[in-house]
Amino acid sequence: MRGSRTCPIPFFEMTAMENRIREARPHVTRNEKLIFERSTPGKSGVDLPPLDVPPVSAEELLGPEFSRGEVEGFPEVSELEVIRHFTRLSSWNYGVDTGLYPLGSCTMKYNPRINEEVARLEGLATDHPYAPEVLVQGALRILHESARCLEEITGMDAVTLQPAAGAQGELTGILMIRAWLSERGNPRKYILIPDSAHGTNPASAAISGYEVRHVKSDARGCVDLAELNRAMTDKVAGLMLTNPNTLGIFESQIREIADLVHARGGLMYMDGANMNALVGMARPADFGVDVMHLNLHKTFTTPHGGGGPGSGPVAAKKLLEPYLPLPVVEQAPDGTFYLDYNRPQSIGRVRAFYGNFGMAVRALAYIQANGFAGLRQTTQDAVLNANYVMSRLKDLFDLPYDRTCMHECVFSDRRQAGRGIRTGDIAKRLIDYGFHPYTTAFPLVVPGAMMIEPTESASKEEMDAFIDALRSIAQEIEENPDFVLKAPYTTRVSRLDEAGAARKPILRWKPSPQPYLWSSDEES
Amino acid sequence: MRYLPNSESDRAAMLKATGRSRVEELFEQIPSELRLRGQLNLPGPLSEPEILEFFRQAASQSSREYVSLLGAGAYSHYIPVAVKALLSRGEFFTAYTPYQAEIAQGTLQAMFEFQTLMTQLTGMEVSNASLYDGSTATAEAVLMAMRVTQRSRLLVARTVHPEYRQVLETFIRHQGIELLQLPYCESGQLDLARLESALNAETAAVVVQSPNFFGTLERTAEIAKVVHQSGALLIVSIAEPLSLAIVKPPCEADIVCGEAQSLGVPVAFGGPYVGFLTAKEKFLRQMPGRLVGQTVDSEGRRGFVLTLATREQHIRREKATSNICTNQSLCALAVTIYLSLLGKSGLRMLAEQNLAKARYAAGQLAAIPGFATPFHGPCFNEFVVRTPGDADELLGELQKRKIIGGLNLERFYPDLRNHLLICVTETVTREAIDRTVEAFSRAASLAIVAQTVERA
Repeated sequence: MRGSRTCPIPFFEMTAMENRIREARPHVTRNEKLIFERSTPGKSGVDLPPLDVPPVSAEELLGPEFSRGEVEGFPEVSELEVIRHFTRLSSWNYGVDTGLYPLGSCTMKYNPRINEEVARLEGLATDHPYAPEVLVQGALRILHESARCLEEITGMDAVTLQPAAGAQGELTGILMIRAWLSERGNPRKYILIPDSAHGTNPASAAISGYEVRHVKSDARGCVDLAELNRAMTDKVAGLMLTNPNTLGIFESQIREIADLVHARGGLMYMDGANMNALVGMARPADFGVDVMHLNLHKTFTTPHGGGGPGSGPVAAKKLLEPYLPLPVVEQAPDGTFYLDYNRPQSIGRVRAFYGNFGMAVRALAYIQANGFAGLRQTTQDAVLNANYVMSRLKDLFDLPYDRTCMHECVFSDRRQAGRGIRTGDIAKRLIDYGFHPYTTAFPLVVPGAMMIEPTESASKEEMDAFIDALRSIAQEIEENPDFVLKAPYTTRVSRLDEAGAARKPILRWKPSPQPYLWSSDEES
Repeated sequence: MRYLPNSESDRAAMLKATGRSRVEELFEQIPSELRLRGQLNLPGPLSEPEILEFFRQAASQSSREYVSLLGAGAYSHYIPVAVKALLSRGEFFTAYTPYQAEIAQGTLQAMFEFQTLMTQLTGMEVSNASLYDGSTATAEAVLMAMRVTQRSRLLVARTVHPEYRQVLETFIRHQGIELLQLPYCESGQLDLARLESALNAETAAVVVQSPNFFGTLERTAEIAKVVHQSGALLIVSIAEPLSLAIVKPPCEADIVCGEAQSLGVPVAFGGPYVGFLTAKEKFLRQMPGRLVGQTVDSEGRRGFVLTLATREQHIRREKATSNICTNQSLCALAVTIYLSLLGKSGLRMLAEQNLAKARYAAGQLAAIPGFATPFHGPCFNEFVVRTPGDADELLGELQKRKIIGGLNLERFYPDLRNHLLICVTETVTREAIDRTVEAFSRAASLAIVAQTVERA
């Protein structure tokens, strides 16, 4: 008999029959093994066309030094089995298409289907990066047009689409700052980063050869100007500032901050991860920012894909343009597009070829679908949604910075912690209510953070259900905290042993003489 | 706007709940002089048919009507339609990094399968859940080797993809690392004697690619022996991992990394692609990127989680093993589906077809008077051809006949004037190969006649 798990519905008794129905739900009972465990010798999911040239023997041609026997353990399954396998796996996932996904700082907005359609068009999906420029004018035009749109949106002077993700954008931007300073005689030693920053900021600065100094936030959740004034010496290359910051607050003194950094000979890097709060409403170029990155997978609706591919274009002011990575897409006077490699001051390459081209295609399709008015409305909706959720939950959850927020709001678990329930526990319980959790335990400046970003894709109806769920959980915590501690109850697996996974890492499947059993119960 | 779910009355109700009367009030935290006045000059708004029309038009200005013999780190293979069908499931492509494991078991199990497939192909013991692409995976492998050995001298074969080497230079420029490039010998392989003399006790790692940029297989077992004698690590980068279906994996190496685009991801003008990094288990804690591990839930059932996160930037910040935050999950999923479909026998047959096609094309090209295949090391689906006349002119002649005849190597190797890098995968038919050979032959004889006339 499988399943000794606690009844998922707390407030009334279930009958035995209801219990059994719940136990029998497919995603609980369907045991999809690993693809290797489904394998039977001799099967394959493809048939190749007949070979139209004389066959060769790999063993003979490559010789014993280079030739290989069969790949041990490789799967052998039919096409239908592959379809079923991955379809079943997909049913264990929660995506934006499934429902509200208010994962703060990740901007889980709708990924329009037209984006996928155009990115897969023959020609765009099949052009080779080394094909002669005259044969890839369409692709170059898309790169050029995407970059132009991003320049317009940020107000900056030049954009590269080469960085593969936000973190690579950070690295690119900081290397450009370093190159500019080096040409002026001294790259300097430190990069300043606010304590609320994302972990990639200090990691990227470190790879760029800088030591990191953290700047404390003030009582309003923003950069402390007095502290910055002390820290910003002639040994500091620049400041990496996220705006709006990770608390969802606009750094309203950003102009003064930029002036201070510039007056001491440094440059301003802006982490544009939260640009979805600004598009069509304000432009970083006007803030005094010298260089920044954008996340196409956040603000511009390219899919997150379960963790990538991302895309992290970098936008820079005129003074940093000569340092952009190689190559840069340019348009000749006759209207044709070309790749400019003749840029002696460039920081070099950060990635092979021209970046995640397919993501530029999707982002451009999104910008076109909206136009200026649509993008502005999108930003307004995102900010309104976040403020709505904040205003409807702040009577039950601690709000460390009680002020108007931008695209996300950050609560803390301070009140619930008294009952032994932390942000991560509340998050797990939200899953039972049918929602993806908010971001837990980030930013680090808020102990027990609950970071909620509904995005413009959340309807009022869904947000009301989400708010009701959190309110209900707050009540459960008062009445029966132990119950919340063991959530979730409705998922295929219950809480997983993460400590065990790290202690004795099992990172790949190995053939074993014993077939895998879904649970120890099945043995009996 | 069709993507926005809230009506005007929803917005009004929400505004009221926040105690505001106009949405602009929410933006008053932005100082007024920093707020945008006026409009932005952007395209749109466009309907779906208009967007389609724009991109169809762009797609028509492409090389799609051409026979292409380009490889060089981006390989065109047929991708079964099931790959696209499964990738298009919103549960996969609209999910995020699986931080909440209980509702991300689909992505997590698929990544665990990806890691397993990569170790099976490369002969290594552990794999991460993917990196951005082959170039950055190679750079990350080098930084990893520096951490492991605590040494700071690096040897890189000139036969490693030139753009990978450029990316590597960008990554290590400020790490206090000395970089030396190693020449190739007549066979088109790394010059072993030069490697031996360049190695010393400060050398952290040696980077080779196999098949290398010329398509030639490197003698990784022999190289490993020499490298290990000096206490350095051997990094083997692989840009065409389909080769591993028939080529012995570099088990003697310490880190095997590279680009898995050729296994189910479209060429797509250079990206998105999918880097991989596999290694010996003893280096596990120095690996960059996400790792998925097997564990059990509270009732003993198997499940998967992100693990060993203490290496990563969100915990370690500036002391992390890498600054990367994401992997290339969706592309790694494509690879997992592709390899599952092909399976053990399909992948082998496909690799043999590539070998046979390239072999046939190389033979036909070398038989043209004045043409030669100068490197005699063993190849997989890519090889170098020396041409009698100006290589760019020949390529131009072929282009008129709708053939992209390969990559002029002079672009990256000034010493290889009039040398073409040619790739022939299973997607190139015999008819196309024959047409290409004939076109080369005709163009070359025309060029020879022209030269003769000029001299006379």
